[in-house]
Amino acid sequence: MKREKKKNFRELLLQGNEAIVEGALRAGCRFFAGYPITPATEISEQLSTRLPKIGGTFIQMEDEIGSIAAVIGASLAGAKSMTATSGPGFSLMQENLGFAIMAEVPCVIVNAMRGGPSTGLPTSPSQSDVMQARWGTHGDHPIIALCPSTVRECYDITIKAFNLSEKFRNPVIILVDEVVAHMREKITFYDDEEIDIFNRVKPSMPPEWYIPYEDTPSGIPPMANFGEGYRYHVTGLTHDIRGFPTSRPDEIDPFIRRLFRKISQHFSEIQFGEFFETDDADISIIAYGCVARSAKRAAIDARARGVKVGVLKLNTLWPFMRTAVEKVLNTSKIVIVPEMNMGQISREVKRVNKGPTKIFTINKVDGTIITPEEILARIKEVG
Amino acid sequence: MRLKGLELYTEHPEAEFAVSGHRACQGCAEILGLRMALKVFGKDTIMAMATGCMEIISTPLPTTTWTIPWIHIAFENAAAVASGIESAIRILQEKKKIERKDIHVIAVAGDGGTSDIGLQALSGALERGHKFTYICLDNEAYMNTGIQRSSSTPYGAMTTTSPPGKKSIGQSTWKKNMPKIAAAHNIPYVATACPSYPFDLFAKIKKARTVNDPSYIHMLSVCPTGWRIPPDLAIEYGKLAVRTGVFPLYEVEDGRYRITYSPEPLRPVADYIKGQGRFRHLKEEDIALIQNRTTAEWEELKYLCGLR
Repeated sequence: MKREKKKNFRELLLQGNEAIVEGALRAGCRFFAGYPITPATEISEQLSTRLPKIGGTFIQMEDEIGSIAAVIGASLAGAKSMTATSGPGFSLMQENLGFAIMAEVPCVIVNAMRGGPSTGLPTSPSQSDVMQARWGTHGDHPIIALCPSTVRECYDITIKAFNLSEKFRNPVIILVDEVVAHMREKITFYDDEEIDIFNRVKPSMPPEWYIPYEDTPSGIPPMANFGEGYRYHVTGLTHDIRGFPTSRPDEIDPFIRRLFRKISQHFSEIQFGEFFETDDADISIIAYGCVARSAKRAAIDARARGVKVGVLKLNTLWPFMRTAVEKVLNTSKIVIVPEMNMGQISREVKRVNKGPTKIFTINKVDGTIITPEEILARIKEVG
Repeated sequence: MRLKGLELYTEHPEAEFAVSGHRACQGCAEILGLRMALKVFGKDTIMAMATGCMEIISTPLPTTTWTIPWIHIAFENAAAVASGIESAIRILQEKKKIERKDIHVIAVAGDGGTSDIGLQALSGALERGHKFTYICLDNEAYMNTGIQRSSSTPYGAMTTTSPPGKKSIGQSTWKKNMPKIAAAHNIPYVATACPSYPFDLFAKIKKARTVNDPSYIHMLSVCPTGWRIPPDLAIEYGKLAVRTGVFPLYEVEDGRYRITYSPEPLRPVADYIKGQGRFRHLKEEDIALIQNRTTAEWEELKYLCGLR
């Protein structure tokens, strides 16, 4: 680009948390309720100055239970809403996370993962909330959880998270680890960038015809905001198509199945990741979050030494990317799953593996990142 | 009054239960207040502490500041854990499983852990009537995570989640009156204290130690880091808070209010506000508003004490 030409891009040095803020605002987030917790506090801090300037609302609540409850309320009132927390706060949010799934309220929850259990390691990274994101709240439920590994992905994934939550009327969890949340990287915003923004589908019928939880071919009923003339019942009890509590088996079963179907019918829209030189790889690494970066480096170094290594980076953790993982399992002899936990995604990989592929893990739970050297050492050991 | 305090001072044990080696900021009045309180509570004390500054600074691996049994629990349940400890000890003593002696349980939390997330647990414990003392160390924001507002942050204060600007004055709500909420539970002893007035603090802790039901101490803990003041002025600002009427020292014994230190005539709140970085953006009319509110609250307190 010539110097005299007007720049059509902005370059910023941003933290992962700051990129999440940029992404949320770009996606149309106008409501944030949160509670201070390391390492997610920067999101609150930034939004407390940014949101009022554009007519949005920032509230600091009295705890995380209040935070997600306020987010649910705001979303029902029509605002795209978000909250951000870390492990201990995410634990407190579980009950209302279930409510949002049950009442089909779109919202985005950022969990900047730190070491656990309990207060754990407030300032150290971990990836140990992966299963909590899947099964943390009680009851059978579908969930969407996304995981960025770069600052740019923090931005893109946050936008995607809002789009998915609005589209599927389901909470979307962004599982960012402390490394990515606090890491600073250059991020370029182009003025002519095309970004898809999805807004919730509103009912087109007159209010008296509106059936709030009616099944549709996609499984997703249109959503009326409070105050738009469509009166309907919102409850955490299992409800019929009109939203009223029911205990009739013939109404419960289709309802729960619809909740699952609206996600399972649309895997291709939800699941995304990156295949990095996996086509000819003998050894593949399946990684996500900050570990995916180390994995890529290790793959490049291994190839320089003549070992064919590829990486499958998972950006969608839940629903589990079965098709992509199966593809890698079919082409590679050995799969290594490095994670900063005792083996949460590797368990899923083993579950999916039906062939002769050997699966090895690297589990690091000391509050530090898995380095490329450690992955290389493991490749040498098993390869 | 003063003399009485002096007698107490000579009586109190010299033993320290919050010893050196912690990582509190320079000029931290919070650890100072807690140290003074522990001197009076004595060695037969068990402390349950919520997440917060005091928990973080007192336990850098592999050392501890505490020479008494100490437990750190999650953010919201210091009072609940203290309830459990107190009940267990009482029952074990009743069944003669352990030696019968006067063991006191204290729960310690910051203003966020008390007035925001821990209010439910505190209210439950006060209502059930456990024999324990709850100490709220009020430094008027979440300092541990980097100065975020709490419901105990005073009106107009700048924090990272209540930033002042064109659309905002900073903290937009008034400080939650926690001692009054505690007193509303009809517990026998509620008091406010400030380490800038040590004798007053000693006397109050001694009373809290002796009552047979829950007691609540609300301690103003000047935080130079979060309030943006020089560390050497921490004690001075504690005194100013009391003398301007922003933080009056009083106690509620069996429902009866009593001012324990009368700063009348009150100094203008501007003396307290103007030196602090967190109030730097306030205009004269904002300070006048705070002055009005402070005067009104002081008059209300005097009324409750039967002085009007």
